[in-house]
Amino acid sequence: MKDMSQMIVEASGVTKVYGSGNTEVVAVSDVSLNVARGEIVALLGPSGAGKSTLLTILGLIRPPDAGRIVIGQTLVFDGHLRVNARTFRREHLGFVFQKANLIPFLTAAENVQLAMEINDASPREARLRTLELLEYLGIMDRADHLPAKLSGGQQQRVAVARALANRPSLILADEPTAALDSVRGRQVMELFRNVAHEQNTGVIVVTHDHRALDVFDHAMEMEDGKLRISQLK
Amino acid sequence: MNLAIKDIRHNLGRFVLTTFGISLLLMLVIGMGGIYRGLVEEATLLLDRIGADLWVVQKDTRGPFAEISRIPRSVEDRVLAVPGVESASSFISHTIQREYRGRPLRLTIQGLSWPADRGQWLPIFSGRTIGQAHYEMVADKSSDLNVGDRIPLGKNIYTVVGLTYKMSSTSGDSMAFLTLTDAQDVQFDLSNEAIRNEREARVNRLQSLDLGNVQPQLSDIVGGKSSGIPALGTSMVSAVIVHVKPGCNPSSVAAKIASWPDVSVYTHAGQSELLLRGMVDKARRQLGLFRVLLIMVSAVIMALILYTLTLDKLHDIAMLKLMGARNSVILALIMQQALLLGILGFFIANLIGNWLFPLFPRRVVIVQGDLMQLAVIVIAISILASLLGIVKALRVDPSEVLS
Ligand SMILES: Nc1ncnc2c1ncn2[C@@H]1O[C@H](COP(=O)(O)OP(=O)(O)OP(=O)(O)O)[C@@H](O)[C@H]1O
Ligand SMILES: [Mg+2]
Repeated sequence: MKDMSQMIVEASGVTKVYGSGNTEVVAVSDVSLNVARGEIVALLGPSGAGKSTLLTILGLIRPPDAGRIVIGQTLVFDGHLRVNARTFRREHLGFVFQKANLIPFLTAAENVQLAMEINDASPREARLRTLELLEYLGIMDRADHLPAKLSGGQQQRVAVARALANRPSLILADEPTAALDSVRGRQVMELFRNVAHEQNTGVIVVTHDHRALDVFDHAMEMEDGKLRISQLK
Repeated sequence: MNLAIKDIRHNLGRFVLTTFGISLLLMLVIGMGGIYRGLVEEATLLLDRIGADLWVVQKDTRGPFAEISRIPRSVEDRVLAVPGVESASSFISHTIQREYRGRPLRLTIQGLSWPADRGQWLPIFSGRTIGQAHYEMVADKSSDLNVGDRIPLGKNIYTVVGLTYKMSSTSGDSMAFLTLTDAQDVQFDLSNEAIRNEREARVNRLQSLDLGNVQPQLSDIVGGKSSGIPALGTSMVSAVIVHVKPGCNPSSVAAKIASWPDVSVYTHAGQSELLLRGMVDKARRQLGLFRVLLIMVSAVIMALILYTLTLDKLHDIAMLKLMGARNSVILALIMQQALLLGILGFFIANLIGNWLFPLFPRRVVIVQGDLMQLAVIVIAISILASLLGIVKALRVDPSEVLS
């Protein structure tokens, strides 16, 4: 049994139903899972299995219908939201999606910086960390370009930098490498692993890319809203 | 980091065009106010320039600015005899429209009581005031006449010897100043045939009377000039304007004259109130309503623009929320753009107006107080207009980033 204080996510009985009547879809059904700090976990499963839905629930983007969720010692949901979701996301969570979703009127650097300024970092501090992150992700030379002037892979790396900016304790990534070639995709996955291991961050990545599975500490598989944990190592 | 400015810089062309459109609307609002002020100023300008203390007019009329007023010129002499009167002069004013150099020339002719009044009080901007009893004219430059122009009016030709500025009648026509007798000549000009017919008719009337038979030499006089007949000789003027002696109370002088049964008398304030209440009031309400409508149109258009600007950014706003941005960040983004749009539009409206309004045929008077008032209104409608977009933005769910 793992030490509970080392857990970044403890969820149990999480259920989410979309719609009602004959359009009712049980997207997530009684899911329980634990993710430890410093651990990178893959979430696998066929299309429509409920992976994205589970991720948005853990990310406090959509509330579940039932269940209990603790993120890093904080009870965030047990039938009701127990925290201010927006504040909690800002302070503790980082997101990467299939699309980069960068703010189109801000440069690469500004996109990263904004995430920190939103979280009350001083502009100077934010600027320094931004440059550090862009350097780390190898897109320093594109710092002052608008998203429209970046390739898909470059945009995605800016999105990763933005997710890392506030040193979140949990990173949630939904098919972050789908738009990248396999080399770039693998680089991003390895980057997540390094962040998880070096900064003691929990990382959950939804992926279809079975070639990169060796990067992960665990893989979990979903089907029809249900979760099957499969140990990799 | 100011998101509003960054977004505008990114969509600069669109923002500039939008601002320009708003500024044109606001310029119309400013212009409407200016036209109203211009009306008031034009209406009272002549009154203020003449600066008379009292206006003596035909009994029970409201004076030459409101309706036709006719009193004998001799009232001037009677008024002069009233204690406390410093000076009195006849006022005659009528509007003519002639053709000059192929263009319509509309002038409000104002008679000056020569030789007492040579037009020293006129704001001369080039040339000089009237220097002889006949055939000279001072015109306003808005009439497009020039010094040296020779204008045929009636049977005489009048030379423009000076130009005034900003002298327009209460209805906005350019003013022209002649001596009183010249002004009357122009006003009562009849064609030669009409004069001959009138003389013939008078002789016939005389011959059908006893008087004509007992005093045949009378027909010599009757067949001559109208002014040569003593009974018809009294010339009529529109009003007599009076200056009272310094230290005298105009209203006590007015009370004295008002007791005469053949005239009415108004003080300067009374006359200008008649003017403003009578003819300007409807125009004021008309323009005022139009102004309110324009402001409402501007507000609706601004709301639509800000709403679509917000719709375009809805995905980004959802992303900001997903990242955990406070509502104040989103509010500031929309509100600052709204205010920038309004305030910039207002300034550009002023710039365009400053350049455009002087080209208008009638006076457009921009008053600082009106501008301040409009500035406050613009800020208010900017805030109001952004509400629609703000409500939409605050409702958007962060999960919409994923759809
Ligand atoms: N907003 C929504 N409203 C209604 N039903 C939804 C909504 N989002 C997802 N669903 C349904 O919930 C189920 C799970 O969807 P989800 O997007 O979580 O699947 P997924 O595992 O991420 O699939 P994919 O691999 O294709 O991304 C699907 O059957 C889907 O149709
Ligand atoms: Mg999905």
